[in-house]
Amino acid sequence: MHAPEVYPDGGPRIGVYVCHCGLNIAGKVDVHEVVEFAKTLPFVVVAREYKFMCSEPGQELIRQDIEEFKLNRVIVASCSPLLHEATFRRVLERSGQNPFFFQMANIREHVSWVTEDPRQATEKAKSLVAAAVRRVIFHEPLERRRVPVKDRVLVVGGGIAGIHAALTLADAGKHVYLVEREPTIGGHMAYFDKTFPTLDCAACILTPKMSAVAAHPNITLWTYSEVTRVEGFVGNFRVQVRRKPRYVNEELCIGCLQCIDACVYKDARFPDEFNLGLGKRKPIYIPFPQATPRVVLIDPETCIWFKTGKCKRTCLEACERKAIDFEQQERIEEIEVGAIILATGFKTFDARRIPEYGYGKYPNVYTALEVERLVNAAGPTGGEVRLRDGRIPKRVGIIHCVGSRDERFNRYCSRVCCMYSLKLAHLIKERTGAEVYNFYIDMRTPGKGYEEFYDRLLQEGVHFIRGRVAEITDWAITPEEEGKLILRVEDTMIGVVRRIPVDMVVLAVGLEPQPDADEVRRMFNIFCSKEGFFLERHPKLAPVSTFTDGIFLAGACQGPKDIPDSVAQAGAAAAEALALIDKGYVELEPNTAYIVEELCSGCKTCIGLCPYNAISFDEGKAVAVINEALCKGCGTCVAACPSGAARQHLFEDVQIFQEIEGVLAYV
Amino acid sequence: MTYLYFPGCSLKGTGRAYEESLLAVFRALGIPLVELADWNCCGATTYMSIDEHQSCALAARNLALAEQQSPTAGGTAQLIAPCSACYLVLLKAQRCLASAGPLSQGILHALQEAGYRYQGRVRIRHPLDVLVNDVGLKEIARHVRQPLRGLRVACYYGCQIVRPFASFDHPHYPTTMDELVRTLGAEPVDWPLKSHCCGGSLTGTIPEVGLRLNYLLLHEAQRRGADVVITVCPLCQFNLEAYQDQIRRRYPTLAPMPVLYFTQLMGMAMGLPARELGLQRLMVPMEKLAVASVRGESHARA
Repeated sequence: MHAPEVYPDGGPRIGVYVCHCGLNIAGKVDVHEVVEFAKTLPFVVVAREYKFMCSEPGQELIRQDIEEFKLNRVIVASCSPLLHEATFRRVLERSGQNPFFFQMANIREHVSWVTEDPRQATEKAKSLVAAAVRRVIFHEPLERRRVPVKDRVLVVGGGIAGIHAALTLADAGKHVYLVEREPTIGGHMAYFDKTFPTLDCAACILTPKMSAVAAHPNITLWTYSEVTRVEGFVGNFRVQVRRKPRYVNEELCIGCLQCIDACVYKDARFPDEFNLGLGKRKPIYIPFPQATPRVVLIDPETCIWFKTGKCKRTCLEACERKAIDFEQQERIEEIEVGAIILATGFKTFDARRIPEYGYGKYPNVYTALEVERLVNAAGPTGGEVRLRDGRIPKRVGIIHCVGSRDERFNRYCSRVCCMYSLKLAHLIKERTGAEVYNFYIDMRTPGKGYEEFYDRLLQEGVHFIRGRVAEITDWAITPEEEGKLILRVEDTMIGVVRRIPVDMVVLAVGLEPQPDADEVRRMFNIFCSKEGFFLERHPKLAPVSTFTDGIFLAGACQGPKDIPDSVAQAGAAAAEALALIDKGYVELEPNTAYIVEELCSGCKTCIGLCPYNAISFDEGKAVAVINEALCKGCGTCVAACPSGAARQHLFEDVQIFQEIEGVLAYV
Repeated sequence: MTYLYFPGCSLKGTGRAYEESLLAVFRALGIPLVELADWNCCGATTYMSIDEHQSCALAARNLALAEQQSPTAGGTAQLIAPCSACYLVLLKAQRCLASAGPLSQGILHALQEAGYRYQGRVRIRHPLDVLVNDVGLKEIARHVRQPLRGLRVACYYGCQIVRPFASFDHPHYPTTMDELVRTLGAEPVDWPLKSHCCGGSLTGTIPEVGLRLNYLLLHEAQRRGADVVITVCPLCQFNLEAYQDQIRRRYPTLAPMPVLYFTQLMGMAMGLPARELGLQRLMVPMEKLAVASVRGESHARA
């Protein structure tokens, strides 16, 4: 084998380090055998094993060897490069070596964790080490580029997580764009009357934060708006936001609500989205009194003017500020930001998917979110728990885990339902004096003050029946059951099938990803986990980062979460975003593509293919030109170029072929 | 499409009316049914609990025969099993054979010893599934001669055609038959017990349990204003119909309730002669429709 000619100083001198990773690797791979094998490979000067290569002593080992053996190439056979490639590149850097004279062989995720047979695992590890050695010989010194970052942050989603992240950044002096799809910020928390376990008033802790957002000089708030396009890269994102017309000029409306009084509809008669259809609104409305911004909007689906073109439009006259604008069009805003925080939240499980629970069929079967509105002092019943026919329920059943921990729907625990069920049980009992039955699989109350709250409910005399309810029907077999909803359930504590007649059923629906989570993740170029929630970079050590630099996660879009956890994560995401933009620049990986001008035929094939618009055409030279600041190193142009003119640092043909040959030659 | 037909023991015995009406309806719709030649016992649900190996082997032989006699040579055979127990046992055996476990190996070996082989090219179908999903409600509506206006029907699915496999309807809240009944011009009643247990063989072994379950079903159907209960299974039909006298001895409020196979009701709506549908075998006669059905008979003769 020939070394590349760039090394007149005697050629490559390679050190190979095989990590045990405790027993993660050594439990399956015969590490010693891999080391002995590595010693036989060309240009390998030293090969060693160590319990934890990533630890300080492990790194020190490499540093000493670089000095002692004059190493100019290093291989570490351990975990995924996602985890520790940066760690080991730093070791080379600190030893005065170019950090790209390094290659990692992943013998944990690709070998020991997925291979049953120790023999086969050891052989595969050896072949990957051979491949890495062959490849690293052909590595070239590369330089990281520094690119300035934009000083602004985009926060997508105006629930409690987005609000908290936006305020944290704005208070730190950074400009924030907060984009919310609905006409108001507040998210799900705005629906709630009380929060567990302290039973403090949700509005009292949320609405001050909402108005702080509206008033903050560093926050640009765009509600009723959606992000439609995202381009660029960490530090330099270009984002397009579509602002839907609300037919009311936000700058002029002061929220006096006189237009609503003046509407030709004297009574509110259309289902009110914010009250989940339990209340009514007019075509011109404000979602709820504390909505932020305090600006009305017109729903063209129900407004007579939009539907027929004939209406006295009494609202126009009523508005002294002349804020109503029936001609308003949607607006497109273009912004540039350095970092993005996604806080797009969740949706609740659709209870209709479990027809045996009769939601939508029996009017007295409610979802928990609907009951949140019923117990809310600002809700459609003013906080009284009344059934649709006006009766006050005497017996209420709360079914836990609806759509959660269920192989048919979602296997995961939604984390918040046990606690919100306890809260609703308490509130219903307090307001109605009803007997309340909780049907649970396991009570899950880990959290500060949570178990104590459960104890309190037990003391209050709320009933707890351990068993998953099989069905809810109006099938009465005794006079006492007439006119009631009957829950059939196996009480697993006493091993008996019971029939519990109630007046009202509350379905504790679980939390699911937003229906458009997959489109959103494509737009922001991030991943989703199996369940469809946005995937964090590392579940423990990078819980708010994503695999796309500069894009962070907060709240339930990453997985089911309660308010304290959402807020904590929002703070973390804000801090990460701040750390990124405050530094003023980002270093970009040098694994970008470049054009060998002598080979380029000027066919322009690559230009249309580049997903990042990084390639332009130099008409004078008639060749393609790649903007390295925009190139993400995806390799699309390299693969497509018919003349082999498009190449990529760290993925040169010779490097890839040597790597393949390394595997094949060994096998 | 030509379907293979696996009658099982019931449709040649207590469930003869099911076979008669099923064949009549398929004939009237112009869909060929070919009885599986040399079929044997399906393997039976209870047998499966006692000797899984032998029970599965019996079912597997039927599957091998179906594959061999497939009307589309080399293609997948569509095998209709009207009895819920046969339907379930055949499905269970098929699942077992598709797995690579020792049970499956043993049975494939046994088949081989007897000169059979089975490669998984059989689709086991319930006639309700075939009629609603293959033939389609539109086509059925085209054949309705005497819409069953004003008739209130409790559609009884029982447990076995929807659980555990639920291949064509919801496991706890099936609706296929309700839609079929609407197509026939009748009105399905909202009857939450439609996939509850009929007692199975408990009516014979522990009557106080079996009879009570049947009472609950019939009583609730009656309370909801049903004129007739229709079933998809010969055991359900037998339990619900034949024990009504005994049930009444324990629960005197129970009024007589006719219990028909869904194919009998279809045949009536399609104007087929009562005798072809086995209606004369009913123990609780279907008074409300007697007039219509007689008219249908004379119409057919003319």
